[in-house]
Amino acid sequence: MKERLKQILNSYHNQREALLPCLHLIQKEEGGLSEEIALFLAKELNLPPVEVYSVASFYSMFTVKQQKAKYIIRVCVSLPCYLKGSDKILEVLHKELGINSGEVSADKKFFIEEVSCLGACGKAPVMLINETLYDNLTPEKVREIISQLKDENSTEEYSQTGL
Amino acid sequence: MKDFVSLTINGQKVKVLKGTTLFEAAKQVNINIPHLCFHEGLSLYGACRICVVEIEGRARLEPSCTTLAEEGMVVRTNTWRVRRARRMIVELLLANHPEDCFTCERNQSCELRELAYDLGVRELRFKKGRKYHYPLDLSSPAVIRDPNKCIQCSRCIRVCLEIQGVGAIDFVNRGGRTQVLTFFNKGLNNVECSNCGQCILACPTGALREKREVDEVWKAISDPKKFTIVQTAPAVRAAIGEEFGLPPGTLVTGKMVSALRRLGFDRVFDTQFSADLTIVEEAHELIERIEGKGILPMITSCSPGWIKYIEHFFPQCLEHLSTCKSPQQMFGALAKTYYAQKIDIPPEDMYVVSIMPCTAKKFEARREEMKASGFRDVDAVLTTREAARMIKEAGIDFVNLEDEDFDEPLGISTGAGVIFGATGGVMEAALRTAYELLTKKELKEIEFKQVRGMQGIKKAEVLINGLKLKVAVAHGLSNARILLEEVKEGRSPYHFIEIMACPGGCLGGGGQPLPTNLKVREARANALYREDRNKGIRKSHQNPALIMLYKEFLGKPLSDKAHHLLHTSYVSRGLGN
Amino acid sequence: MKIVLRNIHKQGYKGDIESYLKEQGYTALKKALTLSPSQIIEEVKKARLLGRGGAGFPCGVKWEFVYREKEFPKYVVCNADEGEPGTFKDRLILENDPHLLIEAMIICGFAIGAEEGFIYLRGEYFKAYQILERALEEARSKGFLGEHILNSNFSFHIRLYRGAGAYICGEETALLDSLEGKKGQSRVKPPFPTFVGFKNKPTVLNNVETFANITQILLNGGEWFAQIGSSHSPGTKLYCLSGDVKKPGVYELPTNISLNQLIEEFGGGVEGELKAVLPGGVSSSLLTPDKLDVIMDYFHLQEVGSMLGSGAVIVINKDRCMVDLAKRCAEFFDYESCGKCVPCREGTKRAREILVNITRGKGELKDLELLKELAEVMFDTSRCGLGQSALNPVRSSIEKFSQEFEEHILKKRCPLGICSLC
Repeated sequence: MKERLKQILNSYHNQREALLPCLHLIQKEEGGLSEEIALFLAKELNLPPVEVYSVASFYSMFTVKQQKAKYIIRVCVSLPCYLKGSDKILEVLHKELGINSGEVSADKKFFIEEVSCLGACGKAPVMLINETLYDNLTPEKVREIISQLKDENSTEEYSQTGL
Repeated sequence: MKDFVSLTINGQKVKVLKGTTLFEAAKQVNINIPHLCFHEGLSLYGACRICVVEIEGRARLEPSCTTLAEEGMVVRTNTWRVRRARRMIVELLLANHPEDCFTCERNQSCELRELAYDLGVRELRFKKGRKYHYPLDLSSPAVIRDPNKCIQCSRCIRVCLEIQGVGAIDFVNRGGRTQVLTFFNKGLNNVECSNCGQCILACPTGALREKREVDEVWKAISDPKKFTIVQTAPAVRAAIGEEFGLPPGTLVTGKMVSALRRLGFDRVFDTQFSADLTIVEEAHELIERIEGKGILPMITSCSPGWIKYIEHFFPQCLEHLSTCKSPQQMFGALAKTYYAQKIDIPPEDMYVVSIMPCTAKKFEARREEMKASGFRDVDAVLTTREAARMIKEAGIDFVNLEDEDFDEPLGISTGAGVIFGATGGVMEAALRTAYELLTKKELKEIEFKQVRGMQGIKKAEVLINGLKLKVAVAHGLSNARILLEEVKEGRSPYHFIEIMACPGGCLGGGGQPLPTNLKVREARANALYREDRNKGIRKSHQNPALIMLYKEFLGKPLSDKAHHLLHTSYVSRGLGN
Repeated sequence: MKIVLRNIHKQGYKGDIESYLKEQGYTALKKALTLSPSQIIEEVKKARLLGRGGAGFPCGVKWEFVYREKEFPKYVVCNADEGEPGTFKDRLILENDPHLLIEAMIICGFAIGAEEGFIYLRGEYFKAYQILERALEEARSKGFLGEHILNSNFSFHIRLYRGAGAYICGEETALLDSLEGKKGQSRVKPPFPTFVGFKNKPTVLNNVETFANITQILLNGGEWFAQIGSSHSPGTKLYCLSGDVKKPGVYELPTNISLNQLIEEFGGGVEGELKAVLPGGVSSSLLTPDKLDVIMDYFHLQEVGSMLGSGAVIVINKDRCMVDLAKRCAEFFDYESCGKCVPCREGTKRAREILVNITRGKGELKDLELLKELAEVMFDTSRCGLGQSALNPVRSSIEKFSQEFEEHILKKRCPLGICSLC
């Protein structure tokens, strides 16, 4: 990890602009910022350690407690999606996965997050599962997607890309 | 003149230098614009929005702290719209603030309470939605953080980073969930906090305060088995009067002694005595190092905030520190050995209290290394503010007390001990002694004015016996950092460096009365230099009690016994823990 | 009339460099390199192109400010942090015609004397990220981007930078802080980014859609552009239709279109019966059906007490409870406030609480007065646009649908049966 971070740091000449790109990598690979990595970044970027922690905590895509779920489900709850029934989508997800928003399922497979607009309001309601956008959702469609994800037997820790 | 701009504030013409903020400009027409996040000496933050004013032609109100005066501007600081906005902002803050003013440490010095009163907030229209249950940060023996009282003005964050160069705290999370926290919420004691307490002085509310030890001290005083000894740091006498309404810079040494005696302490002694002792030991250490036996520059070690700072940030430079304990700890060590033997009381029955301008002293007293007698050198540390509370609690009419003298022998001190409380004071005191030790001649001009004053870093050269002794003085840890970078890189030109964690030295310590600002610090410094001038003896090595101490007990400076009791070692800590 | 979407709307257009080159791609850049910077800026000024991010500042003037600055280096930054609920136009461009943006940024760099540009991309736009990375690589390999562009003396580099989930970073100064690796919190203005921008250097900061107009302006001339659409803000606009409308989507139309035309002719009409429209996203004030004739440009929407913003037109039908929607809007801003200034941090929190209480039957009439005063004070004192406009939908709902609010408060009843008052 530190080696890969060093590559990013170098590409930004160890300026603090490197911080967000580093945090993105950490989030993707480790599911959250650890104390050790935060200290490493603070040292490399010559920042007070608490500032690294502070920046990471500001952005909703980063977590400072490790959120070890395989699938991060981000459901848009902004107005256009709400008008098209995002609350029903959430209801289905809560029921199907047995967790509320902000929680990780017992098998550590799913995490539901309510987020602001995902920029696909023309096809509302929408949700993002890891990096894949699902649009024009209906309760049936959501049940189908979830059951597929539940069934598949992948051992991969994090989905790499959803494109 | 092109460097000036003219504007109108509340109908009055004002001419100010270009680059002046409206906030400053308003002072010229005797308008003090209310504010919260603005704080002397810190960067502008522009977030509380209390200081907004109306500017003709602008759609919105503008914060006067960050808006610069422009030619022809028409500004109004006291319109209905401005007053409405200010009141509502205070209301919003209060809607998110606990209502425990009665029991709040800052009851008498809360800027939020004062604003609410001054701005005429007489009704709280927002219901309280949130229950207050953020846990307090009680990890540190020196500083307590209560997030529930925090209004997020960032003054503590800025003082910690900008003035102290520490950066132990920052905002965490976003929006209404924002909190001021330490690295991974580990608590102040588990990160690189120096315990200096400058954040307490910066805090407008009760979100930051010292860890109270008042009740432990009351208990010891009323315990008939305990022989209670109190020592008072030099900076306390120049400030404690402020807590009783006296103007800053009022010297109240005699009243303080008599008040402490009335609280019930068995002996009232003076940390200045051990300050003199520190100078004698430190001057000898310096001479030893200069004569080829040690690492230079040597750096003073009496400021515990500074010590914790260097342990975290420059652990590779620890050998530059003088091994001398601070005066507080030297005092404790001697009280429980030398003095205990003298009056035949076992050290376990002795309870040593110190009254300090400092919060970091609470941490220092708890360090494992500080047990020379086998028992803690110092049992309890009270800040100047805590001591004043005790005097008030006891109903003592401080202002009208008759002056009394310290007890002997540990209450005898010289002018050199007094000036320890001001930045540059330790350096000046050390120079007075080192000069005479090295030259064996009397020093006539004993005031080293080059190391006095509020400049962040002061440098001087003193010619002693053909040696050009180079010295530097820094106060405020971000100034210390500048000198330490040089030391770290091996390019420091100095022989001797004095560092005090707090701006102004101890007189500006985190345990001092509020407010502590530049003007107040200067007044306190003047008081200390006045006391120095009034002392008969002004050089530490001439302190008769000290001469007796060496004769009866320690032998000579840097003797084995002195090393055992009066010197210490340091810990390499690093960052994030 | 298609300017921004002219390629995207063509059959079989893939958005890769080959397709782009077939559609006059990078000819504007070639032309630009034969002009002087001030000639380019003059053309953009003549076009009277207003920034499409929401503030509507004249683009050419902005470029000229930066061009005239003596400080170097200068930077070009593209705001691709599309986050205003109801806005999804930039995503369309980024995913389907990335070179349109890249070419414009290079031209801008040449015009103002910058050698480095950034695209600050919404963190959640994973797909756009991949596409942009690929497009930048394509542009580099063809010599449009990098050292000595098209064998000229001009070099320009673009870096893709991802946001990380903070609506506030769409605000230009917060974006700059975020781009510097800090928390995204607004800076004190003035100084504006044109003078003190990225790393305190002069910076042009434009929205994706703004940049997407540049190549056509250069190819066809500023005067051509200035004649399109409304005279107050010429050109076309990407309107994002969402909510209770039959055909939601992004529509590029001349700026002199009326709201009614937009909804009826292009959006296929309202789903249900029209109750209100948010013409500029959740920070704009509601318009009622009697205002449907309004021309959808910056000027006219302001005239009727609302704003165009980024062009997020959210249609609301009569089955919707306005108290419920106002609460939704307040919740959004409470979540997205950066927390720096008191009126926004505390004000959005209290507004949400009051509205939640009303939807639960715990409201009082005086709450409505308090909300109005709060909206005014937040407008007066908040540090940036987020707080200044956060309560626009709340305030306008109270003004225009007071009966609904009063019924919730006095009769403890939601006329539409949406709020579960108990």
